[in-house]
Amino acid sequence: MSASPSTTAPPAATGAEAPPAGGSRGAAKRRTPISRRGERLVGYTFMTPWIIGSLVFTVGPMLWSLYLSFTDYHLLLGGEFIGVENYTAMLDDPMFARAVKVTLMYVLLAVPLKLVASLAVAMLLTQSRRGIGFYRAAFYMPSLIAMSVGIAIVWKALFAGGGPQDQFMSWFGWEGGGFIGNPSVSILMLVLLSVWTFGAPMVIFMAGLLQVPGELHEAAEVDGAGRWHRFVHITIPMLSPVIFFNVLMETVHAFQLFGPAFIIGGTAGGPAWSTLFYTVRIYALAFVDLRMGYASAWAWVLVLAVGVVTLVMFRAAKNLVYYAGEDNR
Amino acid sequence: MTATTAAEPIDGSQASPKVPRVIARKRRTAGSRLKSVIWHLALLAVLVVVLYPAFWVLTASVKPNAEILTSISPIPTSITWEHFASAFDGMAGVPLWRFFWNSFVIAALSVVGIVASCSITAYALGRLEFPGRKAMFAVVIATLLLPGQVMLIPQYLIFSEMDVVNTIFPLVIGKFLGLDAFFVFMYVQFLRGIPRELDQAATIDGAGHFRIFFSIMLPLLRPAIVTSSIFTFIWSWNDFMGPLIYLHEIEKFPMPRLLQSYNNTEAVSNYGGMMAMTLLSLLPVVLFFLVFQKFLIKGIATSGVKG
Repeated sequence: MSASPSTTAPPAATGAEAPPAGGSRGAAKRRTPISRRGERLVGYTFMTPWIIGSLVFTVGPMLWSLYLSFTDYHLLLGGEFIGVENYTAMLDDPMFARAVKVTLMYVLLAVPLKLVASLAVAMLLTQSRRGIGFYRAAFYMPSLIAMSVGIAIVWKALFAGGGPQDQFMSWFGWEGGGFIGNPSVSILMLVLLSVWTFGAPMVIFMAGLLQVPGELHEAAEVDGAGRWHRFVHITIPMLSPVIFFNVLMETVHAFQLFGPAFIIGGTAGGPAWSTLFYTVRIYALAFVDLRMGYASAWAWVLVLAVGVVTLVMFRAAKNLVYYAGEDNR
Repeated sequence: MTATTAAEPIDGSQASPKVPRVIARKRRTAGSRLKSVIWHLALLAVLVVVLYPAFWVLTASVKPNAEILTSISPIPTSITWEHFASAFDGMAGVPLWRFFWNSFVIAALSVVGIVASCSITAYALGRLEFPGRKAMFAVVIATLLLPGQVMLIPQYLIFSEMDVVNTIFPLVIGKFLGLDAFFVFMYVQFLRGIPRELDQAATIDGAGHFRIFFSIMLPLLRPAIVTSSIFTFIWSWNDFMGPLIYLHEIEKFPMPRLLQSYNNTEAVSNYGGMMAMTLLSLLPVVLFFLVFQKFLIKGIATSGVKG
């Protein structure tokens, strides 16, 4: 916040019509070539921080980590080029199978549950009634704090043996104890944490729902279409670009869950590796075991997996997503 | 209203359909009132579930230690303030305000960096034409979806080569270089919505690109600047992975890192202190949200920024 005054200070007067009265005719003659050249110069000047930053901290590190993934580099011992050995070793690594299983299970449970909840509540909230602003704000709030260490600690307490969740579920005959000590359900804690943040995609769904023209629903209603029909044949197609955006972003993010998983399960993904998320394992390999070459190979497999999932989604979107206004198909 | 009542006596045949119409309207209002009640009940049910964890932590921090983990009810049987006293003591002799200050410094620097770097980067990418612009914008878009873990290890090696591990430099430098693709993208989208005629008029009046940027674009960017500042503050306040990797001395820890070590070492003996600390760490974000929620929600709805 304190930033904006310092950067906006120079233009104190917003009126930009101060400039020179004399010589404007001469300037007009030369304007095109000069402004073109000036545009280039200004463009590169403004891009300089980004260009340097990208080379040093983004593009450079990517290439470097690709190289590292073909070495057995250890932070203290150094390393040598070993070809694809890291990648073949992953196939025999029981931790790899565990991490993939945990992460995929989380993605497949958390993303659909969260999006269904967010769409359902968004549809409730787009009816014009009182109190919408309050509900919207209250439902959005968890999205801002859910990924914090504080909430992960709260979650641990809520799902501890004898804690609130254990007591609540024992009213219904549950004898599995707190989720946190039970490997067969402990991942549900993280799924529920994700569903708790349904407010973020909900707000985007609400914006999308408001774009659906009311006449479409009215026309369908006149033709005798029921609520369900209108939902399937009007709301879903008209909303499909927003649905696509949310599915894509939620999936990509779900693959990278780290903080809460780390706090709840530790670097070992306890209990019994049931919360051993892929990124947690990368962290443990790189910064606990210091096997940075092997960890780089893990990271690259994640990049490739996310890349493939993204591509498949864009492909599928070509047939499934309907863009109103692009009728020539 | 006046039109229908005036038409009524003139056309006798209209009277008979009028009666059922009135009934229908009455039934509709009764039905809609019922619907409204159901609507509120459904949303209240969601609200209770959503807010339960928040209320639970709010009161856990004043419950006696023995009661915290075993009580499902957010209402405490007796109230104690000793947890807050022990939370303010901080950890390992470092008082709590120190961790707050560390968090605040990182968050404030991040906000300054994001606003300064993203606005100039986005102006170049969104309003100027120069060779390589499209390729650079493609890189920005690609990094939006790229898992950051792949750059983590080389970045660490670079920073340790630069001898800046155990400082906040690695946590904020990316913000000053416009590497936060989300916000660059958001600013670009925003700048593209500003009519071209504005720059053209300014150019005719003799303003150069620097002047156009500072006098026209920055003031118009204000909504994007506000939204990105709020999000940057909150995200950097919550950030855990960066401090986990780069900060090793307890005096330098921001709040999330403190909570994590406290949770690992002292929580067993002082659970209430942990809860009070947790509550205090969440408070700034929640207060920020309550003050700025209108801005935030508008910002997400229009730019698709994720929380």
